[in-house]
Amino acid sequence: MDISTQNTAAPPVTDQPSDAQQKRAARGATRPGDRIFLGLSRGSGIFLLVIMAAIAVFLTYRAAIAIGKDEANFFTTFEWNPTGTPPEFGIAVLAFGTVVSSIIAMAIAVPVSVGIALFITHYAPRRIGGVIAYVVDLLAAVPSIVYGLWGVLFLVPQLDGLYGWLDDYLGWTGVFSWQGGAPRSLFTVGILLAIMILPIITNVSREVFRQVPQMHEEAALALGATRWEVIRMAVLPFGRSGIISASMLGLGRALGETMAVAMVLSPLFDIQASLLDYGGGTFAQNIASKFNEATEMGRDALIASGLVLFVITLLVNGAARMIIARRKEYSGANA
Amino acid sequence: MAKRIDVSGLTAYYGSHKAIEDISMTVEPRSVTAFIGPSGCGKSTFLRTLNRMHEVTPGGRVEGKVLLDDEDLYGASIDPVAVRRTVGMVFQRPNPFPTMSIFDNVAAGLRLNGSYKKSELNDVVEKSLKGANLWNEVKDRLNKPGSGLSGGQQQRLCIARAIAVEPDVLLMDEPCSALDPISTLAIEDLIGELKERFTIVIVTHNMQQAARVSDRTAFFNLAAVGQPGKLIEIDDTERIFSNPSVQATEDYISGRFG
Repeated sequence: MDISTQNTAAPPVTDQPSDAQQKRAARGATRPGDRIFLGLSRGSGIFLLVIMAAIAVFLTYRAAIAIGKDEANFFTTFEWNPTGTPPEFGIAVLAFGTVVSSIIAMAIAVPVSVGIALFITHYAPRRIGGVIAYVVDLLAAVPSIVYGLWGVLFLVPQLDGLYGWLDDYLGWTGVFSWQGGAPRSLFTVGILLAIMILPIITNVSREVFRQVPQMHEEAALALGATRWEVIRMAVLPFGRSGIISASMLGLGRALGETMAVAMVLSPLFDIQASLLDYGGGTFAQNIASKFNEATEMGRDALIASGLVLFVITLLVNGAARMIIARRKEYSGANA
Repeated sequence: MAKRIDVSGLTAYYGSHKAIEDISMTVEPRSVTAFIGPSGCGKSTFLRTLNRMHEVTPGGRVEGKVLLDDEDLYGASIDPVAVRRTVGMVFQRPNPFPTMSIFDNVAAGLRLNGSYKKSELNDVVEKSLKGANLWNEVKDRLNKPGSGLSGGQQQRLCIARAIAVEPDVLLMDEPCSALDPISTLAIEDLIGELKERFTIVIVTHNMQQAARVSDRTAFFNLAAVGQPGKLIEIDDTERIFSNPSVQATEDYISGRFG
């Protein structure tokens, strides 16, 4: 009786625990392991933000110096001559080359990768699927400089036939006309990039397709779906956001690929109307090929171009996130 | 429409493991037949041989005959995909397509079978949802995802999806085992209505359920773990639960094992 009255008696107002104390009490007792792990994981999260902020600050600061001296508008000049008067550093050529070569790479790589992933998970006998998955992993392990060597020494000499064919049948569009120069164009870069980003898109898609619940596939089968219809009804819709994420990873690599592009692309700094005529440039390729010989001003100009690439990457990723979020309630995550 | 199932000498394997052996039975049209028996006795495997879903499992194969009226489902010229379009199935866990709306879920089977006019689809979806006693609950949100419904509603959605294609037979593999008692009752009432139109086979672990919903009951058992499951007897439900002809059946339904 005594005890219960003590417990229920309202504490004097002056003894009210402080807010901090109340919060601590609400959290309850914590164990050292929990605290250490919380610290580690929170620290990792913060570390990521700090790195991201450091990159953004560095790029913005150095780029601002160059942009301050930008009298010839760097969006509209098609020249790269940062030591001239006025200094010229045309971002447009690089933005065009980067975006166009990446779009070509995605157009080739995404369908092929999804096809490979579906074959491994839903068509191939287990052993053959395993072999193919292993080969795809090997493809991912090839360094980009080797892709560059292969591209310039093997791929480029093979492309005359394809270029001629495209010129014959699609030349009238202007986009696929060819003046007969060396096929070291954005189109060739796109093909090479497609091969390079194939493994990551394939591997991520494969994991997503593996996770499609058996019961959804059986639901389709029981309705009388053929294998392709099962894939169309259950597998692809379930894997949709995963395919988008996989493609974004691949696109990130394509946008930033440096060495292979620098080796294959002809170093003519210009925008060509046709994808097949040599010349063009990408942000990463331009930085790599010009950085060593650049002056102080030249470096700032290159960093400014790096900032633009950074912004493009952010925009692309943001757009992909929006696409995924728009159909979240249909994603299968709430099944 | 509602066909008779005639099974003779059916044996099913998973790889080299024999899961069920030499099963023969007849299922009458427009009736409910319940399969009962202890876990692992092969009743679900047997159910899945009736729409050729068993062979989807790696290593799954079947010997014997399953006649639907007079057509052997395992005949050389029969396409398993076509079989599944005439023998519908409802699963243990409700499995509406999570990426589709309620409407699209019900229309999924029809769209597989060919192109339909929008108005035809509307009619069939409404009729099927009414047939599954779900229409009043979802008619205002047909374009919302099916995965937003409660478990019992999802299961009735799956039944609507299965009956939308007007199958000859409806197979149900423990359709209520993931549901609460009220949802279970709703499904059981529904089964009573559906048997006017379809031949229904239901696997259940719940013997009261078998007694409540079925006209005929088949008892499956296995001699020991690792041995193939066998059909012990099939008879009118009333007789199975009051005066079965085999001692093992009586032991099982009176709770002495299983």
